[in-house]
Amino acid sequence: MTRTDPLDVPRPDARLHLGVFFQGVNHWTVWSDPASGSQIDPANFRRVAQTAERGLFDAFFLGEGLRLREVDGQIHDLDVAGRPDAITQLAALAAVTERIGLVSTSNTTFNEPADLARRLSGLDLLSDGRAGWNVVTTDNAWTGANFRRGGYLDHADRYRRAEEFLTVARAIWDSWEDAAVSGAADAPAWAAPGAVRQVRHQGPQFDVDLAPTLPRSTQGHPVIFQAGDSGEGRDFAARNADVIFSAHGNDFDDALAFADDLRRRLRAAGRPEDDLRILPGTEIIIGATEEEALEKKRWIRLQQVTPATALGIAGLLWGIDLSGRDADGPLPKEDPVVAENDGSFGARRIADPRQVVAEWREKADANRWSLRETVIALGPQRGHVGTPAGLADKFAHFVRHGAVDGFNVTPYLIPDGLDDIVDLLVPALQERGVYRTDYTGTTLREHLDLREPLTHRTTTDRRRTG
Amino acid sequence: MSGPALRLALEIDGDGAHPAAWRRAAHSPDQLLSPRRVARVAAAAENAGFTLLTLDDGALPPGAGPDTVGRIGAVERAAFIAASTSVVGVAPVVPLTYAEPFHVSSQLASLDHISVGRAGWVVSEETRPEAASVWGRPLVDGALARARESRDGVEVVRALWDSWEDDAVIRSVATSRYLDRDRLHYVDFTADTYTVKGPAIVPRPPQGQLVVLGHPDRVPGGQLDVALVEGRDRSAIASGVAVAGTPRAFAEVEVALDTADATAEERVADLERHAPWSDRGRLRHIGSAAGLAALLGELTGVVDGVRLHPLVLDEDLPELSRLVLPHLFERRYAVRPLPAATLRTHLGLDRPANRYAAAAAQEDAR
Repeated sequence: MTRTDPLDVPRPDARLHLGVFFQGVNHWTVWSDPASGSQIDPANFRRVAQTAERGLFDAFFLGEGLRLREVDGQIHDLDVAGRPDAITQLAALAAVTERIGLVSTSNTTFNEPADLARRLSGLDLLSDGRAGWNVVTTDNAWTGANFRRGGYLDHADRYRRAEEFLTVARAIWDSWEDAAVSGAADAPAWAAPGAVRQVRHQGPQFDVDLAPTLPRSTQGHPVIFQAGDSGEGRDFAARNADVIFSAHGNDFDDALAFADDLRRRLRAAGRPEDDLRILPGTEIIIGATEEEALEKKRWIRLQQVTPATALGIAGLLWGIDLSGRDADGPLPKEDPVVAENDGSFGARRIADPRQVVAEWREKADANRWSLRETVIALGPQRGHVGTPAGLADKFAHFVRHGAVDGFNVTPYLIPDGLDDIVDLLVPALQERGVYRTDYTGTTLREHLDLREPLTHRTTTDRRRTG
Repeated sequence: MSGPALRLALEIDGDGAHPAAWRRAAHSPDQLLSPRRVARVAAAAENAGFTLLTLDDGALPPGAGPDTVGRIGAVERAAFIAASTSVVGVAPVVPLTYAEPFHVSSQLASLDHISVGRAGWVVSEETRPEAASVWGRPLVDGALARARESRDGVEVVRALWDSWEDDAVIRSVATSRYLDRDRLHYVDFTADTYTVKGPAIVPRPPQGQLVVLGHPDRVPGGQLDVALVEGRDRSAIASGVAVAGTPRAFAEVEVALDTADATAEERVADLERHAPWSDRGRLRHIGSAAGLAALLGELTGVVDGVRLHPLVLDEDLPELSRLVLPHLFERRYAVRPLPAATLRTHLGLDRPANRYAAAAAQEDAR
């Protein structure tokens, strides 16, 4: 690949931001390899977070699922499962890291704003301004079965609740004036009189009245992340988020189209178009040569898509229980059954299974693929594969053309899956001038080069950096 | 008289037990919530030889008027402390009056994983009605209703901790199964006011069940591992222990010690100008370190441990560390926690069998 002339691109000074997603519950995490470690041992969380910090990553992310996944009423047993509460785990990591951002995925449907806002504030203070919150919603009664309120929320209301939740959370975070707490040992009061406001909110979703317990952190308040891909989700992000995760990070044109769409929505929401960082989730597979990288990818896919997993993924597409069939044989002869999704699995909803199956048959026939090979080739896959130099060129191209601001990397192996990226890819990115050579700030907001929190911008649009 | 050695717990919320404690702290108010201070207090207490640190909490800010201080959630502080220490146990106060038991179960199980088996939980209540409007939930009105929420909450939290058997992760390469779903259990718990399905999203805690501490007049003794017993003197505490019916009992002891700069009496009087140190009917020692050591020595054989509530952490913890604990260890009135042991081990509590595994084993035996 030829090097892009840095002066001939839309964003010659752009820097790539990297995050790591300790994902936990999915079939992408390889557990069958001898190098695969525990998914719950705190030493592995520490190891991944410290490796990412060594690689000057912006953030370490944890996901959330509030009910164990099921297929046809039975607990899904093929994938890694079982993980810690995100904020609790991140508060522990705050003690053993110094710079990296700590981002919790936390649900607005099955939390209450005062409690969650306080937990996130606590993380923000314990990390000296490194906390982030990935705002997610749930609408199904199946998850609600674990909670006092049960499944009370209509699908249409989940973003409405999320937005009102954020409004209340921000009011809580903003209720203490900057420097409200005295810096003098002989102060007459712990907090300056009048510097802490009572928060009262009455709306369709929440009716609260409270005296918030925590001052602001060094970054004002936690950085807001969002991952919705629907139009509704994108608009929510455009109105509220500092960072959006996406599934649009593999193909350059697709990534650019997504980014342009977001920029349009940002402008419509009255925000500058560079106000949101776009970090697609991705897997990164590195080899010393292209051939080695591809060979590694083949091996990883075989670990990820075991025969049982292939039957499970195909079973979801076909709407048929395929367990017990031969994954290394041909595709099922049956037509797919188009069934109502009962929401029980949280599975990817397939819009038109008949059309997808027809495509699969055609390609499987043409390539003489088995069912498993077909799932590997055509199933939900994402990721970049190549040499450090090749990947660094590609990522420089992505970021300098405004297709992404960076990537949220999901390692396929815990705890060593990030080592190659930090040891090989990061130096290659640094050589090309698209990656920091040291942390220049201390807070997550600074790492991401973000403006002040949305609620802190008053008359002038204060920018932290030009 | 001398009985089995005591285990020593320390309450480390804020700047101390007195609501105006911050006024005598060795740092300015804006340092109270800093990570450095949280870690420093925990390290000092661990080095001194405490077995357990507890962290008070609630939805409402502690203190009143000019003494209203900020407070980070106890679970978050406990997790941070667990990662900055290696031996001492850590137990956040978590009330169940309004909280979601499923979240509380996940948070505490996570704390036990993070601390590799050093976690406990002090069950408490939100007694003030304003807590309901913080949560945006209907008021849980009266002692009986609060006790009901605690009882149901502890029951379901404990059930969720058992909902993964210890060996639920099988990593069976031959069958492609990561989990054995027969070792995961729906708890299907029906409380008075809600239901919880399960199983947990966090694997079973290393200790099986965390050490659950609480006041036996508010949480049924059968649900507690350790009763926190109040009483103004040794005999009141002894009768409290007798009725608690829990595997272990700790006496609550409020402490203000003489320091080089001021006597304990003077220190208390100084803070009482600002706010009263309310009398909760606990044993209280205001005086010399030697006096406290003697008092605690007399509690051996009566209780299994004590939880100390120091007037001002920055003033009393150094005295405890320098004068009181060494004396107790020397005389074998108290013991330090062992390295590489769980909190249950420190307290001489067995690792409990899993209720579901035990039920399954019985089924198999038939």
